[in-house]
Amino acid sequence: MSGRIAAVVGIGQTRLARRLHMSIAELTRAAALRALADAHMTWDDIDAVVLGKTPDVFDGHLFPEYFLADALGAVGKPIIRIHTAGSVGGHTAIQAAHLVNAGVFDKVLTVAYAKESEGDINWAVGGGGLPFYSTLVAGPGGYFAPHIRAYMRRTGAPDHIGIKIAYKDRRNAAKNPYAHNPDPDITYEAIESSPMLWDPIRYFETCPSSDGACAMVITDESNAHRGAHPPAWIRGTACRSEPSTAPRRDTVDPIGGREAAKEAYAKAGVSDPIAEIDCAELYVPFSWYEAMWVENMGLADIGGGWRNADTGANEIDGAMPINMSGGLMSGNATGATGMIRLAEAAMQVRGQAGDHQVDGARLALGHAMGGASSYFAVWVVGSEKPA
Amino acid sequence: MRDVAVISFAQLCRREYTEGNDIEILIEPVNRALAGAGLTRAEIDFTTGGSNDFLVGQAFSFVRALDVVGVYPCKEDSHVEMDAAWALYEAWVRIQCGDVDTALIWGLGKTSLGSLDELMTLSVDPYYMAPLCPDPTSLAAIGARALLDAGACTEAELADIAAARQRAAVDNPAVDWDRARTATEIMAEPYRAAPLRASTSSPATDGAAAMVIAAAEVATRVCERPAWIRGIDHRTDAHALGVRDLTISESARVAAERAGAAARPIEVAEVHAAYAHEEVVLRRALGLGVDTAINPSGGALTSDPLMATGLIRVGEAASRIFDGTAHRVLAHATAGPCLQNNLVMVMEA
Repeated sequence: MSGRIAAVVGIGQTRLARRLHMSIAELTRAAALRALADAHMTWDDIDAVVLGKTPDVFDGHLFPEYFLADALGAVGKPIIRIHTAGSVGGHTAIQAAHLVNAGVFDKVLTVAYAKESEGDINWAVGGGGLPFYSTLVAGPGGYFAPHIRAYMRRTGAPDHIGIKIAYKDRRNAAKNPYAHNPDPDITYEAIESSPMLWDPIRYFETCPSSDGACAMVITDESNAHRGAHPPAWIRGTACRSEPSTAPRRDTVDPIGGREAAKEAYAKAGVSDPIAEIDCAELYVPFSWYEAMWVENMGLADIGGGWRNADTGANEIDGAMPINMSGGLMSGNATGATGMIRLAEAAMQVRGQAGDHQVDGARLALGHAMGGASSYFAVWVVGSEKPA
Repeated sequence: MRDVAVISFAQLCRREYTEGNDIEILIEPVNRALAGAGLTRAEIDFTTGGSNDFLVGQAFSFVRALDVVGVYPCKEDSHVEMDAAWALYEAWVRIQCGDVDTALIWGLGKTSLGSLDELMTLSVDPYYMAPLCPDPTSLAAIGARALLDAGACTEAELADIAAARQRAAVDNPAVDWDRARTATEIMAEPYRAAPLRASTSSPATDGAAAMVIAAAEVATRVCERPAWIRGIDHRTDAHALGVRDLTISESARVAAERAGAAARPIEVAEVHAAYAHEEVVLRRALGLGVDTAINPSGGALTSDPLMATGLIRVGEAASRIFDGTAHRVLAHATAGPCLQNNLVMVMEA
């Protein structure tokens, strides 16, 4: 790690669902209050607020940090609002960590959210129409499906891998109290027979569109032991962006993700991630992407990501558990999703993941992805303080 | 804290930029800022910027800025949906972590693509205020009226401020301004939102700006007169106008205090006042005396590209150190209705 040691000492989430009866202020404040309670802190303890969300076009409201300053207890304090595509929750949490690493503040509240029920995300993403610029035309699924095909062709992965990963994630989601429409009775056959949306992506292999918020309290070492749960030490963070349309870029195994993982592992002192990382929460909007991202994150050999899914190594009790919370299949409030991945990784090493806890998890990876697989924010958190 | 300095700055502002699209406007400032720093894109460790999707009508519009910034094959990068002055703050924090030495900050706003007054009605509390569709000038006018009613200034003094900024703008090649109006002419202008007139409120502007900052090891090597960042802080007030005293700016005062503004005299201050009366509020909040030259660039009253205006204040203030005309300067950026959120930065030669 660079600079001062930082730790996650409080985590709060709201249920992922269409929260039509809740305002944006209520949603974000609910997550923040839970994080403060977990940290055994009050608003007065907080030095600064770092807010994240996906495009304002998603909910038709500009500059939310203006009016949320009141709901998030930021009056008289600094509030900064990060926006880096779908990875924003990851970048937001990492900016909060940087404020502590840099020695600027000791106790930082970070909050990320989306209220997708206010708009239409497929329209907002796929709209485009700017002259001389490619668009996502058919929404995110239409963009990502061909890259999944490229992965299948490159690795020889069999057709059923996407179904298997979705089946695992949807069973895990049923163990997550915040999941969107959890279904403990989900079957493999139900996923297999669900409508094909963007071949090879089926309906149940796709994340829902959710409202939700996530919050964390990140502090320096001297404030790390107030709460009932042990801190999750932030061992290494990294962010990378790459140009979406560069002709030579590898969209199946993006260099941005690979380099981000490399830097985070190096900072965390991890030399063999497959052996040392106990579990990971990855940003997987369509189930196939788990196979791609475990390779990209160095958690499986190249071409071996799909085998982990086929053998069940990615289950909560497997050799490399992935998305114990259910990942994005448990809900996708885009602005919050990246932060939820990082928060769920921290929950694992704090031993507070409840029914989806990995036994003895000591070192976990949280991963956020955005844009056209072009924005990455990752962190490695551990139960042991960095040396 | 590590010593970090602004080492280069460039901007391109027009009342209406027609030579390229909303991203192409950024190419020239980025190229000039890098050339000014004597650094290549590959030598930049961290990039971040400030822009707004709604100005373009496109989600994730900032993603295209990466093609200008030049992150290929990949780079550590971020973005704030705020004025780029807050991106600068993020970059300064990043360098303080110790493992990053150089950062490129960009800001852009091509406001001529739509109606800013209509658009900004969406930026207030969506439940209690947005249904009233208040445009930013009307909200600012409430602040101006409060100041006049308190006897803190007169309409004629606001016209004097605007006339002085216009005279300065004519002399600033970076500002698209041909002729300075006199205070008498300004007083004869019709109200845009009483008591604010065309000249006492900022013009819609297309613009982009880019800045390079660096830790001491790099700054002293590549820059003759770096503008050393001696203090930087930002604070927000409450959003609702009804709970604030609009004749003061408590958040600006606290930010200035924490940035160490009062330690020694400030020679030049570039304050982000899109309305003439906000200079009066800020002069008091920031503790600026009569010896401080305010907005010698012409300020936001003559060039106000949303999302870049605050960064331009920093760049203009830093430029007074680059050119040797000042030793200690202050820059201020604001966001939100009636100076809600304020950033203050102090730089020294």
